[in-house]
Amino acid sequence: MPDTLVQIELKPPQGDWRDPHVEFRKGSICYSAAPKNLTALGLPNPRAWQPLDSDWKLPPDWKRIILDGMKERLQKYRSFRLFMDICVRCGACADKCHFYLGSSDPKNMPLARAELMRSIYRRYFTLTGRVFGSLFGGKLAGGRELTEDVIKEWFYYFYQCTECRRCSVFCPYGIDTAEITMMGRELLNLIGCNTNWVLEPAANCFRVGNHLGIQPHGFKDSLDFAADEAAEITGLNFEVPINRKGAEVLFVMPSADYFGTPHYYTLLGYLMLFREIGLDYTVSAYASEGGNFGLFSSHEMTKRLNAKIYEEAKRLGVKWILGGECGHMWRVLHQYMDTMNGPADFLDVPVSPITGTVFANARSTKMVHICEFTADLIHHGKLKLDPRRNDHWIATYHDSCNPARAMGLLEEPRSILRAVCRNFHEMPENTIREQTFCCGSGAGLGTDENLEMRLRGGFPRANAVKYVKQKHGVNLLTCICAIDKATLPTLLEYWVPGVEVAGVHELLGNALVMTGEKERVVDLRGEPFPAEAYAATTASEADHA
Amino acid sequence: MRGEMKGPTMNALYSLLAVLAMVLAGIAGGQSEPARVALATFIPYAAFATLLVGFCWRVVRWALAPVPFHIPVTCGQQQSLPWIRSAKIDNPSTRWGVVSRMAAEILLFRSLFRNSRARLSGGRLILGDSAGLWLCSLAFHWALLLILLRHLRLFLEPVPAFVNALDRLDGYFQIGVPPLYLSDVILVGALAYLLFRRFRDPALRYLSLFSDYFALFLLLAIAATGILMRYFTRVDILSVKQFALSMAAFQPRAPQALGSLFLCHLLLVCALATYFPFSKLMHMGGVFLSPTRNLANNSRSRRHINPWNAPVKTHTYAEWEKEFRDRMQTAGIPLENETEDAGHARTN
Repeated sequence: MPDTLVQIELKPPQGDWRDPHVEFRKGSICYSAAPKNLTALGLPNPRAWQPLDSDWKLPPDWKRIILDGMKERLQKYRSFRLFMDICVRCGACADKCHFYLGSSDPKNMPLARAELMRSIYRRYFTLTGRVFGSLFGGKLAGGRELTEDVIKEWFYYFYQCTECRRCSVFCPYGIDTAEITMMGRELLNLIGCNTNWVLEPAANCFRVGNHLGIQPHGFKDSLDFAADEAAEITGLNFEVPINRKGAEVLFVMPSADYFGTPHYYTLLGYLMLFREIGLDYTVSAYASEGGNFGLFSSHEMTKRLNAKIYEEAKRLGVKWILGGECGHMWRVLHQYMDTMNGPADFLDVPVSPITGTVFANARSTKMVHICEFTADLIHHGKLKLDPRRNDHWIATYHDSCNPARAMGLLEEPRSILRAVCRNFHEMPENTIREQTFCCGSGAGLGTDENLEMRLRGGFPRANAVKYVKQKHGVNLLTCICAIDKATLPTLLEYWVPGVEVAGVHELLGNALVMTGEKERVVDLRGEPFPAEAYAATTASEADHA
Repeated sequence: MRGEMKGPTMNALYSLLAVLAMVLAGIAGGQSEPARVALATFIPYAAFATLLVGFCWRVVRWALAPVPFHIPVTCGQQQSLPWIRSAKIDNPSTRWGVVSRMAAEILLFRSLFRNSRARLSGGRLILGDSAGLWLCSLAFHWALLLILLRHLRLFLEPVPAFVNALDRLDGYFQIGVPPLYLSDVILVGALAYLLFRRFRDPALRYLSLFSDYFALFLLLAIAATGILMRYFTRVDILSVKQFALSMAAFQPRAPQALGSLFLCHLLLVCALATYFPFSKLMHMGGVFLSPTRNLANNSRSRRHINPWNAPVKTHTYAEWEKEFRDRMQTAGIPLENETEDAGHARTN
C-alpha cells in the first residue's frame, strides 16, 4: 500500500502537452524487462536499465528504427493510419478513461494519449507536418520532434493504458486507443523498452507453457491438488486428465486458475462441473496457458504464444476447444486466433455433448467460452442447482473489459449467476456491460511496483462497487477475468473493504448438486456454509429423497 | 498579459487571425479587377480540384492499408445462443447489422449519444448525462448538409423539386423577408457552442490545436458572410446564379454586379475546400472505414484473413517435450515420443 492515501481529484490541466518531460516515480511505473527475458524471446537490445535511470541505453539508431517501424505499421494497419488522421479532438473520450479519472493527469485522456503518437505522425508522415514542421517550432501543425524524451513519455503513458477500449465505445469514429497503445508498445519493443511484468510471463509461456513457468510435473501437482480438494468437499473422486489423446474437448484456462487465489476456487468449479456432466476432456501441459501476454507486447508475440493452442488441439486429436474464464485471453481467442493461427479445419464445429447445442457462433475457431457452455447447460435444465448454497454472498457482476467490448459476452455469465445465487444486484448502468470500468491493472500493468497507479485507475470501478455495497450490502464482486481476480482484491481492500472477488464458476461449483455427493458443509473456499443455508440444503435433500 | 498567453490560447488567436486575414483578402480582392477575376475563376477551380483529388487520395491511402485483424468494438450482447437476445445493431453479427450500425453512427452519431460527464463529489465519482456535444454536433452537420443542398438551386436550372421543397421547409416559419432559414440559425448556434466548449472545458482547451479552432472560425466566417449577403446586403441572387451556372458549365465569367462580400464568401469556401483533404475534416470519409465499427462481430464463425500474415517463430510441441520429457515421464504425463533416448533430451 502507498504510504499516503491516494487522493482523487479532477484538476484542470496545466502547461503545454507538447512538453514531453515526464517525472518517473515509484508507484506509477512498471520496471524494465530483465535482459534474460528479451534474449529468451529473441527481442532486440537486451540490457540492464530502469525507467528511473537518465540513460536508457537506446540503440544508436533508435530514431531511425522508430520512424521506420511507424512507417511499416502505417502501411500494415488501416486502423493505425486512420486513427492517426481522423480524430477531431471533440473530447468525448476524455473523461471515459479510468486512468484519467483516477490520476487527473491530462495526458491520460485518451485523445491526449493518442496525440503523443499523433504529434510524431504529423511531424514526420504528413505533408503539412513535413512542410510546416519546423515553422513556429511545429506548433501550428501540431507536430513534435521525436526526441529521447518523447520515447520516455511514450513508455510512461503507453504502459499507463490497459487497452480496455472504453474510450472507443464513446468515440464517434470508433477510434480505439488500444490500437494506438499496441502500436506504441510495438515500437518501444523495437528499441528494447519493455516491462518485465509483460515479458517475463511471455518468455515463460513461450518456453515452459504458462506465465508462471510451471513445468509439466508442477502443473500436474497443482491439478491433482485441486482434484483432491474437490474430492474432499464433495466426497467424490476426481481426476484431471492431462495431455490425453482422443478426448473430445481440450480445455484451456488461464494459468492463474491453477495457481492463484481466488482463481483456484473457479478451477474447483470447473472440475466439479466437468465431472458432473461427464465431459470427455483433457487439459494440456504444453498449452497450459490461455492468457497471452504477447497481446501486451506485439502482434507477432501474440501469434507466437497463441500458436500452441491449435497445435496442441491437433496433436491430441480433440474435436473442439473450451476456454476458461479470462479477459484478454478471450480478446485473442475471439478476435485474433483464427486469423493468426487458423484455419482450424482439423477440428469439428463445437457441439455440447450434453444438450446437443451446436455453437454456430464458434463454427470457425471451434472454441467456446465456458460461460456459453454452462449457460446452455443450465438453460436446458441439465444441472441440478441449489442457489441457497450461495446465500452467504450478495453478489454483483463486473464485466471484464475484453469479453464485454471485444465479444459482447454479457448475458451468458449473468444467466449463470441468476441461476446459482439468489442475491444479485447490478452496478449502475454506465459502469457495466459495454461501459464497464477496467480494474486498472490489465494489459500487463498489474504489478505491485505500479500499485499507486493501479489504485487510481481502479477507482471508478471500486466507486461503483461501493455504491452497490452501500445500497444493497453487496459483499462479492464476480467476474470472468484472471487479471481481475488477481488485482481486484487489492483494489477493493483499499477502496471498499469487505467485498470479496470470485469467478462465476466458483459460485456454480457451490450451487452444483452433484450426483452422489456427500452432505456439503463447506463452500469451495473451505468455509462452512451459514447454518440456515446448510439447513435448507439438508431439507431439500430430504425432499428429493 | 503576454507572459500569460499559453499555447492553447495562442492556437485560438492565430487561427482567428488566419481566418480574418482571409476575410480581408477577400474584401481587398474585390476592389481590383485582376484579383476579382482570379477570385472568381482560377481559385475556385483550383480549390475544388484540390478537394476532389485530395479527398480521393486520402481515402485511397486508407483503403490500401489492409485490415489485418478483426477488431470491432462491441457495444451490446453478442449473437451466441438462440435464446439470448443479441444487440443486432450495436453488436452486429451480420452484414445488415453492420449497415444499420454504420447508419446509426453516421446519420445519428450513435456513439456520441452515449456521452456522459464525470465529476467528483465528496470523493465519489458521479456520471451524469451530457447531451450538449451530441446535440450540437448533430445539429451542425445536418444544418450544413441542408445548406449545401439548398445551394444547389444556384447551380442547377431548372431547380430540382427537392431543392425547392428543402428551401420551403427551411424557411417554414416565414420570419422576415427574405424568410429566415432555420438551418442558418442552427448552424451558427451549434458552431458557437462547439467553439465555446473548446474555450470553457479546461481539458479541451489544453489539447485543442490550431487546426481545431481554424476549422470552427472558418466555418463561422463562411456562415457570417453568407448570412450578411442574404439578410443584410441583399446580394443580387440572379447575378450569383448566372455566375454559378457559368462556373458549373466551365465557362466562368467574373461577376460584375457582385460585391466584395460575395467574393469574400467564395474565397473562404475555397479555403475550406483546399484545407479539407489535409485536415481532420477528413473524418467525413474516414468514419466509413473505421474497423472498430464497420466489421461484424463474427470472428469466431468466419475466419478473417490477414493479407500479410507472416510466419513467426514458435516453440513447437516437439521442442517442448524434448526439454521436459524426464519430468513428464516421472509425473506420468503421456509422451508423444516414448522411445527417444532420454539422455538426448536433458537440456537443462
